[in-house]
Amino acid sequence: MSKILLHGTEAICEGAIRNGCRAFFGYPITPQNEVPEYMSVKMPQVGGTFVQAESEVAAINMVYGAAGAGVRAMTSSSSPGVSLKQEGISYIACARIPCVVVNIMRAGPGLGGILPAQGDYFQATKGGGHGDYHLIVLAPSSVQEACDFTYRAFDLADKYRVPAMILADGMIGQLMEPVELPPMRDLSDIPEKPWATSGHYGKDRRVLNSLLIKPEVLEPHVNELQKTYEQIQANECRAETLLTEDAEVVLTAYGTVARICKSAALTLRKMGVKAGWIRPVTVFPFPAQTYADVAAQGSVKAFLDVELSLGQMVEDVRLAVDGRKPVAFYGRTGGNVPDEKEIVEAALKALEANK
Amino acid sequence: MIRILLAGQGGQGVLSAGRFLAESGLHEGKEVSYLPAYGPEMRGGTANCSVIISDEEIASPLCNEPDVLIALNAPSFHKFAPRVKSGGIIIVNGSISDSFAGRDDVRVYDVPANDLAIEAGDVRSANMIALGVLVEETGLVRKQSIVNCLQEKFAAKPHVLDCNRSAFEAGLAFVKK
Amino acid sequence: MKVFEKTKMLTDVPMHYCPGCTHGIVHRLVAESIEELGLQDNCIGIAPVGCAVFAYDYFNCDMQEAAHGRAPAVATGIKRCLPDRTVFVYQGDGDLASIGMAETVHAAARGEHITIIFINNSIYGMTGGQMAPTTLIGQKATTCQSGRDPAVNGYPIRICELLATLDAPYYIERVSTQDVKHVLAAKKAIKKALRFQAEGRGYSFVEVLVSCPTNWHMRPVEALRFMGEECTKTFPLGVFRDKSEGKE
Repeated sequence: MSKILLHGTEAICEGAIRNGCRAFFGYPITPQNEVPEYMSVKMPQVGGTFVQAESEVAAINMVYGAAGAGVRAMTSSSSPGVSLKQEGISYIACARIPCVVVNIMRAGPGLGGILPAQGDYFQATKGGGHGDYHLIVLAPSSVQEACDFTYRAFDLADKYRVPAMILADGMIGQLMEPVELPPMRDLSDIPEKPWATSGHYGKDRRVLNSLLIKPEVLEPHVNELQKTYEQIQANECRAETLLTEDAEVVLTAYGTVARICKSAALTLRKMGVKAGWIRPVTVFPFPAQTYADVAAQGSVKAFLDVELSLGQMVEDVRLAVDGRKPVAFYGRTGGNVPDEKEIVEAALKALEANK
Repeated sequence: MIRILLAGQGGQGVLSAGRFLAESGLHEGKEVSYLPAYGPEMRGGTANCSVIISDEEIASPLCNEPDVLIALNAPSFHKFAPRVKSGGIIIVNGSISDSFAGRDDVRVYDVPANDLAIEAGDVRSANMIALGVLVEETGLVRKQSIVNCLQEKFAAKPHVLDCNRSAFEAGLAFVKK
Repeated sequence: MKVFEKTKMLTDVPMHYCPGCTHGIVHRLVAESIEELGLQDNCIGIAPVGCAVFAYDYFNCDMQEAAHGRAPAVATGIKRCLPDRTVFVYQGDGDLASIGMAETVHAAARGEHITIIFINNSIYGMTGGQMAPTTLIGQKATTCQSGRDPAVNGYPIRICELLATLDAPYYIERVSTQDVKHVLAAKKAIKKALRFQAEGRGYSFVEVLVSCPTNWHMRPVEALRFMGEECTKTFPLGVFRDKSEGKE
């Protein structure tokens, strides 16, 4: 199949639709308005449901209902809106309702700005709402990945009965790149959901619930969730590496920033500096082993973590590196995106400080 | 890998020119990326987008130091001219902007894009004049690829297609002169 | 000869409601209505947060437990995806008229084909008797201990009247559980609301006045009398919308 030029937002929608998403609930917020706009046109065409909800809070609860009834459902928002969804996400995580939430991150805190940022890493990977839970979090760095990861997110969510999140930034939302679209999935091919509340009576009846008021019931349930996260950790970690074999300085970032870091690493190589590159594809589960392995190499003098935040993923990198090597940090906020030059300089500085 | 920054006023067709370029590159089997600016940069009616056309994988989609700048009005010319890479190209709409870049390490094409566009039938196709100059000068994409994009986009509007096509050809011819 | 049979739409789980509370009666009215209409095999209920939070244990069909106030949004998600199922929502006054006001109004404004049973006992029961959006003027609650003062606490919200300003709702009625006669009338209203949904007519809403002897600090009989004499003054019973009878 030939490639077509698509916006990141459109690619997300196509990835969802092509893997059986038949319900979308959203609320306008920049910079992801193209998602609900696209879905409002596409959902009816594929026999699906689109509702512009009265709020992000309502949208995530519509997802709870629809996904709970067994339909592949999605909602999309940007940082402040995703904060509002946290209540619903926590309930969904506890009730084990698989669904997909898209966050096209903008600069915060508060209303912040509408330009690209990565300030929601903690929220996305450490739970976000109240209670002990996690989401499966995929971080695309290209328009093709925006499509492919959204597609995959539905399968992962169903497989583990854990909600999945697409954690992208404003740049992914606006970027247009060639995409090869996956074929349309046959809905009958999607595994049955024996827990879905789609209308059963008497002894067959099913309940989706996040209230487990007895401690002797809640604790095993939370432990069961934890076990699932451990399975996810064991099976689903993904990372991409480049030129790490002999690297002295290892650049790392996720999302679109990872691409700028990749350019910076290649430029450093041209300058004669042995630079390598790690890019987590999944940020929950975090691919800690990839970092640990690279950190164990004798060649490596330092890591440089680059983010559109003041340092969130860097904590996971440091935990993974576990003190074996120094981890420097370079971050920009407010919607500013560092260019290659800034990153090259930061990498040289990190290397210099740890020669 | 060529990085092109297209900038101008809202309504001058900066974003659609960028898309034609990216689409053309894609149809020729190249790697492309297209990143429109949004947010505060859009205020005051300015618009810009970054297009990258490459034979290899495109890592960073940013165009902080473009190889080519197409500036369709004076403010965008003055804002972005200093950022162009040494040895790069600037195509500036001389009808409504001066063309003094204050540097001699770039080639500046002073193109009366508005005037040529009016001759071609519609001032709104000044973007296509600039695109014609770019394609003739750099051979970045094939002329026919751009024409194919225009035909696809304006299939239902023959008059608009004619204007844009004539403007594109006038841009090509401008370089040959 | 069969004199009485418990509806199969209720499970055998013992209900947790306080003595004298009429929640249980309303549960039975909803369950009987579903069974009598033959809707039990394709039915999904939404339980609220509040006194009826355990409703998912009592109704003998698929149930989803919603976050506080979000039940109409949850119901929207289900009904839009499975339009041939019966989807009913059971909510109290804090849930529906306070924290969930946006979801309440917008589901009604969209005319979602769902049935909402709204329990109004003018108090937050589950959390121990705090003021509700429906607490009467002068009525005492733990967060307005000398009685609801409009200057401080504002006025009670009349939901039926409010929803009746919207174009979409098909059926809106307020009923009471103060005595047998009113309970029978409530059953009629609830059954009608569910039937309208089954017939694909649109959004139906029944507000049911319920007593809360525990938090009103009254004996059950006294509470029923209070409901009939006092609550109905602020919340008059009646049909506010019935498009089947041309009442707009």
